[in-house]
Formats: sequence, C-alpha cells, structure tokens
Amino acid sequence: MSGGDVGGGVGIRFDGVSVAYGSHTVLDSLDLTVERGEVMALLGPSGSGKTTALRAVAGFVTPVRGRVLIGDRDVTDLPPHRRGVGMVVQSYALFPHMRVEDNVAFGLKAQKAEKTAIPGRVAEALEMTGMAAYAKRYPRELSGGQQQRVAIARALAIRPGVLLLDEPLSALDAQLRSGMLAELASLHRELPDVSILYVTHDQVEALTLADRIAVMDKARLRDCGTPQELYRSPRTEFTASFVGNANLLPVRVGSGQVRLGEAELTVDTAGVVAGATATLCVRPHLVGLGEGANALRGTVAEVQWRGATHRLYVDVAGQRVKADVRELRVPPALGEQVVLHFAPEDAVLLSAGVSDE
Amino acid sequence: MLVHSRKGKWTLWTLFLVLFVPLFALPLLVIVAASFATNWSGAFPSGPTFENYASATRGESLRALTTSLVTALVASLLALLVGSWAALAAHALSKKGKRLLDTLFMLPVAVPSVVVGLAVLVAFSQPPFLLNGTRWIVILAHAILVTAFAYQSVSAAIVRLDPAYEQAAASLGARPSYVLWRVKLPLLLPSLNAAAGLCFALSMGELSATMMLYPPDWMPLPVRIFTATDRGSLFTGSAVAVVLMGATLLVLLAVSRVRTRASYR
Repeated sequence: MSGGDVGGGVGIRFDGVSVAYGSHTVLDSLDLTVERGEVMALLGPSGSGKTTALRAVAGFVTPVRGRVLIGDRDVTDLPPHRRGVGMVVQSYALFPHMRVEDNVAFGLKAQKAEKTAIPGRVAEALEMTGMAAYAKRYPRELSGGQQQRVAIARALAIRPGVLLLDEPLSALDAQLRSGMLAELASLHRELPDVSILYVTHDQVEALTLADRIAVMDKARLRDCGTPQELYRSPRTEFTASFVGNANLLPVRVGSGQVRLGEAELTVDTAGVVAGATATLCVRPHLVGLGEGANALRGTVAEVQWRGATHRLYVDVAGQRVKADVRELRVPPALGEQVVLHFAPEDAVLLSAGVSDE
Repeated sequence: MLVHSRKGKWTLWTLFLVLFVPLFALPLLVIVAASFATNWSGAFPSGPTFENYASATRGESLRALTTSLVTALVASLLALLVGSWAALAAHALSKKGKRLLDTLFMLPVAVPSVVVGLAVLVAFSQPPFLLNGTRWIVILAHAILVTAFAYQSVSAAIVRLDPAYEQAAASLGARPSYVLWRVKLPLLLPSLNAAAGLCFALSMGELSATMMLYPPDWMPLPVRIFTATDRGSLFTGSAVAVVLMGATLLVLLAVSRVRTRASYR
C-alpha cells in the first residue's frame, strides 16, 4: 500500500465516469485528468456533481459507467481502504475518542505500518501542519482551524499519492479561511508531487490555489483550464458568470463590432458569424466610468460602497451592467445618466452555440 | 423554560406535583412504608420493625436476588450482543431488508410476554432443544424479551452516527473490521451502555414469562415477591420488592456512571 516516500505522487484520471442514483444522474460522463503534482479545483454550485466526482475517487460511490484511475491503477472496483488516497472532508470527521496523535497515527496503525516508524511519521505530519504542540489534546479541545490542520495531518501521515479535499475551508470563518488558503499553498510546495483534487464552490479558493480549474454544473464538466484562461477568456456563459461574476450582455454581431441597443462596440469578433446574436462578456472591474472607447450610456440603478471600490449597477439598453470603479469622492445619484466604457481587448465574445444547453 | 412568568411557573410546578406524586411517588412510598410494618389496619402502618428485611436478605430471598442478578446480567449481555449485531447488519441492508428485521425484532415487544413465555416453553421442551427445567430457559426467555430494546436503541444510535467517521477511517486504509472495532463501536459505546442498562432493568422486573418457565432451583426475585404476597406475607413481600428496587437502581446508577465517562462530546 501507499508505502512510498513523501511526495511519491500519482495522477488521477476520470474516464467517462457516470454516477446515478436510480434514474437520477448526478455525474454525467466525466473525462478529466489530474496530472501528478497538480492542484485541480472542481468548482461548481451545489448539486453540480463535483463532490460526487471526488467520492468516486475515494470509493464511496460506484460509477455506473466509466473507469477511475489513480496513477496507472484502475481503482474503479477497489474498496475505499485499498485506494491509498488521503481525504479531508468539510466536517473534518476527526475521531472524537482519540487524542490528536492517535488520530494522526490511525491510518498507519490500520495499515500495519512498522510500529517503530509510527511516532516519527506522526510527529512529521503534525510538524508539517504546525500542530505538534497539540498532540495530546482531544479534538473537542481544538478550534475549527486547528481541527482542520489535524485532519490534513491525518491524511498526510499515510503519505498518499493523491489528496482529496472536499470543501475543506467552508466551515471556517472568512479571516481564518484566507490564512488556511495560504498554508495549503505552502503545504503543496512542500509536497510538490502529491496531486490534489480540491472541491469547492468558492471561486476565490479555486483561483488562488489551483493549477487548473474544472468548472462543473448540472452533473457535467463545463470548462477546464488554468485560472487565467478561465478568467480572461471563458468559453461558456456559465464559466464567465461563475468565475468572476462577469457582465453577460446579449449583442448582435457585425464585422469587427457588435451592437448593444444603440451603442456600437468594437471587440474581437473572430470566430463569431456576422449577423448572429452572441454574448459579450466583460468583468465588472474592467468597466470604467466616464467617456472612452466603447462607451455605454445608461441610468444608475444602484450604488454600493465596498470600501476601496464602488459597485455601480447601470441600466444600459434594458441590460443591467455591473461596474467596479475605484472609490468615488462623489458617487453618482440614483437615476443619474452616466457613461461607462471598456477597452476592446478586455471583452470576450461568446457565440450562442457554446453557451449552456 | 418556555414559561417565563412567575405565576405560570408555580402553576406548572403544582400541576406536576399533583400528577406526579399520587401516580408515581406514592405507590413506591407505600411499599417502603409497608416493608417496615408488621400490621396495617388503620390509615397508617403500625408496629415498625426490621424483621421483614432480615428475612428478605437471607435464605430463599437472597438466593432469588442472586438468581435475578445473574439472569439479568447474562440476558442483557446476550441481548446486547445479538441486538447490536443485528442492528449493525440491518444498517448495511437494503431498505426492505431493514424493515423486515425491524419488524422481526419488534415482535417480542408486540406479543404479550406470557405468550412469549409459552412459546419458549413449548419450543424448548423436546429434544434436541431440551432446556425446560433448567435455568437456561429463563435466561433465554429474558434475552428474547429484551433484545428488542437493545436492537432498537443501538439501531437509533447507528442512524445518528455520522458516516463521515467511517469513510474517513476507510480512506486512511482501515479495513471494515478495523473500522468497526476502532471507530464505530467506541463511538456507539454510550448507546450500548444505555441499552445494557435498559435491558438489565427490564429483565430484573420480568414476571409473566418467567412464571411460565422457572424451575424450582432458579426462582428470580419478582416470582419470589409474587409467591410471598400470594401466601399473604404482604410485608415480607414489600421488603423483598424494596430490595429488588434498590438492587436495580444501584446497578443502573453504576452503569450510568460508566456512561458519562465514555461519552466524548
């Protein structure tokens, strides 16, 4: 079993994996490869199938079709305890009747690791997560963030080639979460060969931590790419709105420009048929206030102060456009006429064909 | 509390005492009073004495006490073993299978215990299953009667147990038997303990099935109380009843002390 050295990582491959309960499909023919040492975020709203995909790797759900591979090993028919994956779940599931050190040693004892080697490996795992001082405590004596670290230490102690993280930060408050995010990133730098499958509904976690993001919705994989790719040039409307909350504006395509209501906007129309309708995707923080290229005239519908920025909601030709601008001394009043603009290279045109079915 | 006004609280307390004292406390107090009496012809018992207790704690009564304790102990351990095993198995079954098992284990509770006693008597009076006339037929009947309660309370505890523990253990490489012994059973321990206490108490008080089955050399305490009062020794019977009550409460108290030490949250 996973008796390899620290960092003896392997990849994960989903090969047309479908999971269904009765006639209800919760994961629909997923094809996805996580390279050795890669952090792959499965991002999607609840019910999108992302947790099911993770549980298929852990062995808690059995696919009705397709294969799951860890490294070169087809694990589809293996029981969970023979897969050698480390897993951390949202509730941590630390064993309440065991001290921290016994929790961490659990996997090693269960796998009958050499008795003399266990204390060293427990100490090593606790050291890595900064929990060495708490070895003698019971889980109920620890805070949420500390329990989280113990759960990670427990998963790492068995030196898994693959680490599965199921919404590991969602039980923590916002401040603790960003701290843990940084620690997870540094942990991964220490274990560069371990592949991590990270399930989350939080785009910030995915963008921060992942090498690649797989966007899921309604049991299907919608998009997959590096965070930059998905953010700058999303391929589907769902990705554009879920990752970065973009403005999605229906436009009519001309040659080299598109039309939104009365406004003519210059954008890259390559790959989109002239005369068709398409969706123009612009990030709120790339929309500026005032005259400029690609001007949009509209009425202010709402103004939200967010500290460093103002979020403006402006009605333009029947569409509500979001704009995040640097904090304004004198924000526009509701109902005031304003002009917004955005640079042509900051917009992405999505042809209607690749949007959500 | 849901009631906040002072008047409301007093009303509730009065109502509680009016209902509780005559229904639950008084009958028990009457037995305690009678156990110290030699005569009860007026409104209150008279002729205070410890003589009833002297006879209740020696000879046949003492033997009946140990008989009851041994019967209850063995029966509740058997019930706990079978009940927990069945509950664990039922949890792994399909919905239909679980419902079938639930019904099966409810049966001894639904059927009057006299009927269960008769059934056991008829079933185990012929070779090769000849238990009639031995202490084992009493223990068996008690075990059958209380297993239902062990099954039910352990079953309820298993449903409440977060499957994440079992899954976390499995993902760490623990085989199912290891998970059972090191994770599931320790987490179920408080419920197993509570179930054991319940089974013990029920077995200590069992009379109707026992009456059908007990051999002369294995007479449990409730039967002894029944025969004593049946002969007219009301005050001796009361003393024996107080002893039964005391012994049961003492064991339950010890069991609950173990339970507080075994609960983790």
